Amino acid sequence: MDISINKSPRQGAVLFSPYLRGEGIQKALEIGRENILFEIRESKLKGRGGAGFPTATKWMLVAASVAKEKFIVCNADEGEPGTFKDRVLLLEYPELVFDGIVIAGYTIGAKEGIIYLRGEYEYMLQSLEDYLSKMREDNLLGNSILGQEGFDFDISIRLGSGAYVCGEETALIESLEGNRGEARNRPPYPVNTGYMNRPTVVNNVETLASVPHILLKGGEWFKKYGTDKSTGSKLFSVSGDCTRPGVYELPWGTKISELLEIVGGENAKAVQVGGASGSCIPRSQFDRTLAYEDAATGGSIIIFDKNRSMLKVLKNFMEFFVEESCGQCTPCRIGNVKLLEGIKDIERRNYTFSYINKLKDLGRTMQVASKCGLGQSSPNAFISILENFKEEIFNYNGFGGTNGK
Amino acid sequence: MESSKDNLRAPVSQKPHVIEKPKDTSGIGGMITVEINEKKITVPLGTTILEACNDNQIHIPTLCHHSDLCIAGVCRICVVEVEGMRTLQAACAFPITAPLKIKTSTPMVRKARRHILDLMLSEHYGECYSCFRNQNCELQALAKEYGVDEYTFGHVNTPRYEVDRSSASVIRDMNKCILCKRCVRTCIDLQEVGVLEAINRGHETHIGTFLDKPLADVICINCGQCINRCPTSALRANDPSDEIWAAIDDPTKHVVIQTAPSPRAGIGEEFGLEPGHSLTGEMNTALRRIGFDRVFDTNFTADLTIMEEGTELLNRLKKVIVDKDTTVKLPQFTSCSPGWVKFIEHFYPEYLDYLSTAKSPQQMFGAVIKTFYAQETGIDPKDIVSVALMPCSAKKFECNRPEMRDSGFKDVDYGLTTRELAKMIKEAGIYLPEMPKSHFDEPFGDASGAGLIFGATGGVMEAALRTVYELVTGREVPFTNLNIEPCRGFDGIKQASVLLENCKDEYSFLEGVEVKFIVAHGTANAKKVMELLRKGLLSDVHFVEIMACPGGCIGGGGQPIPTSEEIRKKRAEAIYAEDESLTLRKSHENPHVQYIYEKFLTEGPCSHKSHELLHTHYTKRGRFIA
Repeated sequence: MDISINKSPRQGAVLFSPYLRGEGIQKALEIGRENILFEIRESKLKGRGGAGFPTATKWMLVAASVAKEKFIVCNADEGEPGTFKDRVLLLEYPELVFDGIVIAGYTIGAKEGIIYLRGEYEYMLQSLEDYLSKMREDNLLGNSILGQEGFDFDISIRLGSGAYVCGEETALIESLEGNRGEARNRPPYPVNTGYMNRPTVVNNVETLASVPHILLKGGEWFKKYGTDKSTGSKLFSVSGDCTRPGVYELPWGTKISELLEIVGGENAKAVQVGGASGSCIPRSQFDRTLAYEDAATGGSIIIFDKNRSMLKVLKNFMEFFVEESCGQCTPCRIGNVKLLEGIKDIERRNYTFSYINKLKDLGRTMQVASKCGLGQSSPNAFISILENFKEEIFNYNGFGGTNGK
Repeated sequence: MESSKDNLRAPVSQKPHVIEKPKDTSGIGGMITVEINEKKITVPLGTTILEACNDNQIHIPTLCHHSDLCIAGVCRICVVEVEGMRTLQAACAFPITAPLKIKTSTPMVRKARRHILDLMLSEHYGECYSCFRNQNCELQALAKEYGVDEYTFGHVNTPRYEVDRSSASVIRDMNKCILCKRCVRTCIDLQEVGVLEAINRGHETHIGTFLDKPLADVICINCGQCINRCPTSALRANDPSDEIWAAIDDPTKHVVIQTAPSPRAGIGEEFGLEPGHSLTGEMNTALRRIGFDRVFDTNFTADLTIMEEGTELLNRLKKVIVDKDTTVKLPQFTSCSPGWVKFIEHFYPEYLDYLSTAKSPQQMFGAVIKTFYAQETGIDPKDIVSVALMPCSAKKFECNRPEMRDSGFKDVDYGLTTRELAKMIKEAGIYLPEMPKSHFDEPFGDASGAGLIFGATGGVMEAALRTVYELVTGREVPFTNLNIEPCRGFDGIKQASVLLENCKDEYSFLEGVEVKFIVAHGTANAKKVMELLRKGLLSDVHFVEIMACPGGCIGGGGQPIPTSEEIRKKRAEAIYAEDESLTLRKSHENPHVQYIYEKFLTEGPCSHKSHELLHTHYTKRGRFIA
């Protein structure tokens, strides 16, 4: 077997620590399903895509199902503006991702794993396929994997077509089934009625990549990093006004100010945590921590310094949502348009505060009444930026505001 | 009966992905108790919150939900609060599988519903008073319910989309569309035609056709089921009433109207009556008062259809059994439903020889009016304007088919729907339910009950059996009171048989033959039947009745809105009750039918002349475009 330690120069406690290909699978087969689930539960690993659902619970629900066919789907749609950590994992640490999928498949009793790869990542398709072929040669995929009688499993890669909403797990499943990418009604959840109406685990690339390390070093070890509620470490895709943008592995619980120091973004006036659908944190709150319980993020960190116009930032986000809403539910399809029109009104200095407040109220309705996470989170930026940058925005081009870039 | 995989099915719209309900709810875990607005309610597991509320006098507003269709959960107007959940939940789409606490009228819920309504209204172009769905619009009703008195988020002043008037049957105005996707689910899931689907995304989303082509250029079968389920006026039938008024007002024109069986069973709903009131006599009077010169009963040509189609069936049977002619196709399929005819032309063009060549009753009447009637009355056929009152939007397309001009003129000038006639009656200042009753005009008079039951699924089959059985054996069909129960009811596909015994001499070749027949309604069921035919599984079946619309003509695309299975059942009951009240209940006993064969079609059914006037041929059409 061709065993190679990855040569990536990156440094990190968990994901970027050394790992030998197949090691995790070997360990998984040794300790068996119950112990895998035990370790994952012990580690308190939560979904890395942003929603933070406990991974062990998801796996247990599917593992407990008596259905004949089950699926593990790796969500590599990575569409959130400002996030590019899955790209790094797939390009530089494929062994972690693929081993994670195999382990998940083994644990839940799936025979088939599917990677839903973002359409724009088509350029890495060939290298990933080559990697899969190598795994098949080495019996890390295929029949009786590593000699384990009855453990047959393989992975296929499917390309998305560029719709942001297909990162939402049920829209992703619709897309996999060949339908228009639109979120399904939940319940039933994918763990009951997922791909082809079979129990399905959908996990983010990073979640699956964490699994082999947890199995090798134990849930206790994983928990050493991070906070009580946010265990382990996290990959952050850092972009914007800083001197050292890139992908960083930091433990959960890192303060925003600490992160800014590491990446050379001390001059920031605001940080967008969690991408376009996240929230915008002003300088006064930079002592907040990056964690599920505080400033949650799927990994996107966008830094804005004093030269940026927050209104333009907000407009950019809202234009994104107007275009990327799938268009099926009313609050998201029309609501985002109304929010964007409100921003244009502010830009033209043709607005009333009472109407802007109505729009914020509308935003709060969208957060609770939209069908899926897209519409539920799209008003976040609108509400947080207008709230936190009142003075700058409503004095726009007026009393000392900036001209912006 | 499952359709084969290789069959090119319409694309699947979003299916409900519903959690299976337990078959036996009396077992442990079969029922579940939830708290709705602090009231304890016990429901079967898997019941949706909406169903639970509906059964307990708790009103939840809905728009995208429709009892005939799969769940969408897209309009979000039905949101409710479920304790422990961060977001509001769509009541129509949320199956109850745990003991939940639900609140249906909290400040958050009311505000969300109002916001959603405001958003829809902001994009809904046009004003209510210039809309044909005024006072029968679900969006308007909700705006009233929620006391909308201003456009909170503005209102569109210019149309975004061009109105598609290309189709003879269905007009699409996307400016009124609220994207509830009922039409999509109707077209794809209910009818399995698959003409309509959402195109583009975000704010650009709209309902479109294949390559966004005009409706006339795609495979729309004109069934109009989408119209019946549209909550607004984004979809409507192509209304010819202005032209009809002009003809009525023109003293040189002799305007006649034939009325199909189903409109009389449905039109009362347009005047506020409960479904299931037949207004035959009242409607005759109203039509005369409006100004129609003659009012005829389409049931006359329904009886004629039975004579022609029944004879055609006997001829086919003879050719197969006696002449061993292998080119003759069996089973024979009915051809009265123009939606079904266009469906088979698009989807199964290789099976057109199985269709009866008999025209539909509407077109037979058209041909008879401009020939026989013109001759009898001495009116120049070019001065006759022939209107057909139909429960159907596809009839508008049918009367415009180029092959439907056998009288030398356009056989039927206008197809008018039940809804459109109701509007004309109101416009004439008439309240239909209080009209005195009157009969149909001579020389066609009142027709048989057999013609009447054409309106419900299974009716053509029942009428045909009453006649064919008696022609062959000389005795009445062996069913109590002539009611052939196996033909009735709303099962998607019904199958039964009648044994022919002690046949008359000329039909001795049918002695001992068990006539097997199938009745299907809705083109999704038609597709199942056609797949069976394709697999060769219908070789022992003799006659198949297919109606394009669910429930048959009483559920047609021109019938009053709204529609539901319950409403369709009541309309069908009205028709069957009227049939039973008549003394004349067999097509071949209709004296006017006998008269026309004596005087005009003297060589009898399926003769040269009847073929010229009463039979037609079909066109192979494309699978994706027309």
